[in-house]
Amino acid sequence: MTKHAVLAGAATTEPMIVMAAVEKWYGGFRALADINLTVRRGERIVLCGPSGSGKSTLIRCINHLEAYQKGEIRVGGTRLGDDGRSIEAVRREVGMVFQHFNLFPHMTVLENCMLAPMRALKLGRREAEATARGLLERVRILEQADKYPAQLSGGQQQRVAIARALCMRPSVMLFDEPTSALDPEMVKEVLDTMIALAGEGMTMICVTHEMGFARQVADRVIFMAEGSIVEEAPPDTFFTQPRHERTRKFLGEILRPH
Amino acid sequence: MGVGEFLFLLTGLKWTLALSAIGFLCGSAGGLAIALMRTSGVRALERLTGGYIALFQGTPLLMQLFVVYYGLALGGLHLSAWVAVSIGFTLHASAYLGEIWRGSIEAVPRGQTEAASALNLGYAARMKDVVLPQAIRISLPATIGFLVQLIKGTSLASIVGFTELARAGNIVSNQIFQPLLVFGVVGILYFLMCWPLSLYGSHLERRFAVATR
Repeated sequence: MTKHAVLAGAATTEPMIVMAAVEKWYGGFRALADINLTVRRGERIVLCGPSGSGKSTLIRCINHLEAYQKGEIRVGGTRLGDDGRSIEAVRREVGMVFQHFNLFPHMTVLENCMLAPMRALKLGRREAEATARGLLERVRILEQADKYPAQLSGGQQQRVAIARALCMRPSVMLFDEPTSALDPEMVKEVLDTMIALAGEGMTMICVTHEMGFARQVADRVIFMAEGSIVEEAPPDTFFTQPRHERTRKFLGEILRPH
Repeated sequence: MGVGEFLFLLTGLKWTLALSAIGFLCGSAGGLAIALMRTSGVRALERLTGGYIALFQGTPLLMQLFVVYYGLALGGLHLSAWVAVSIGFTLHASAYLGEIWRGSIEAVPRGQTEAASALNLGYAARMKDVVLPQAIRISLPATIGFLVQLIKGTSLASIVGFTELARAGNIVSNQIFQPLLVFGVVGILYFLMCWPLSLYGSHLERRFAVATR
């Protein structure tokens, strides 16, 4: 890692993720159309747009939970293809947090965090446990380490999910609507965890409608509609001077309650 | 019915239990392999195992035992009744358990596999550590239900001359001419094997219903 990236909030010029003319089809339906996006190391991107606009699909292509049909995705130095080797190389760099947490219900919080480091990174039990405890501490949930996911609140589960992903030492974190399934009073604890992570220089792509979060941490906000990137801008410009009618309409709809 | 006859029935009972155990254990191994192939996403394997399951679910167990015992003998492979029925029950149980467990694997939420994949777990770890432990819990009531069917189904092995509980009953009945008494006892013995299992199955079912509410 360059000296740069260690400094909080400093995006480097080194490209971490490059998507070039990416297309994704579900049968005859084009879910992503001509996606061109470069995310630099240390950069924080917020991805928003109406439901069905392809924002989740976009980030799910980055770690190959979905295959793409055209164009090219590069993560770090690896070109992501359909072969196991490139998928594995990319997933080593990329952590993901899901809307519904997807914690393993038959394992304790600690075991959830230890499994992948032991299996995929071949860490010893002791080392995996030390890593897991360290990261659970960082998301301030270490005291729940021996409980099962079902015994925790939604916000706590999502913080465990963040810690679990971080245990794999990723260079990039993808967040797929991490607060959408949470009760309102739990949104803040998860956002605070994400803000802290951003402050530590993590490269992040967040699909979220939390515009306060976008204002606070995003380097760029990207607006998608119908599988395409419509507009991208730093948050100041994005919220105050959106260029496209679609963006204005969308912002009008989601910002109305405030 | 004297003590000697009753002990003879118990010898039959022993073979019923042994055959059930073999059918269930070997069938579990076969069933697991079939369930994994059936959910592998590899078209050829899915077709193949789908056909296997259809064949064994669509024909009577009795016929399957005949085919294994007499069919293989016609092909020049002379098996003892014991080996033949063991093979027959293993094939039969593999098909049913394979289908039960396929359903259970598919009942584990997709997000579990996705989370495991995103954590860079390979297929083996995804299955062994994440999907199967959850699938097995889901499948327990149906699996136990099938085990009960299997135990009762072993009575069909008598048809190829294998002396398990039902055939032992038949032999004793022919000796002492008290069919009602003998088969009453035989029935009670089956009931004592199956009923506790059924109870345990419905207990588990209730427990899971509460857990997922």
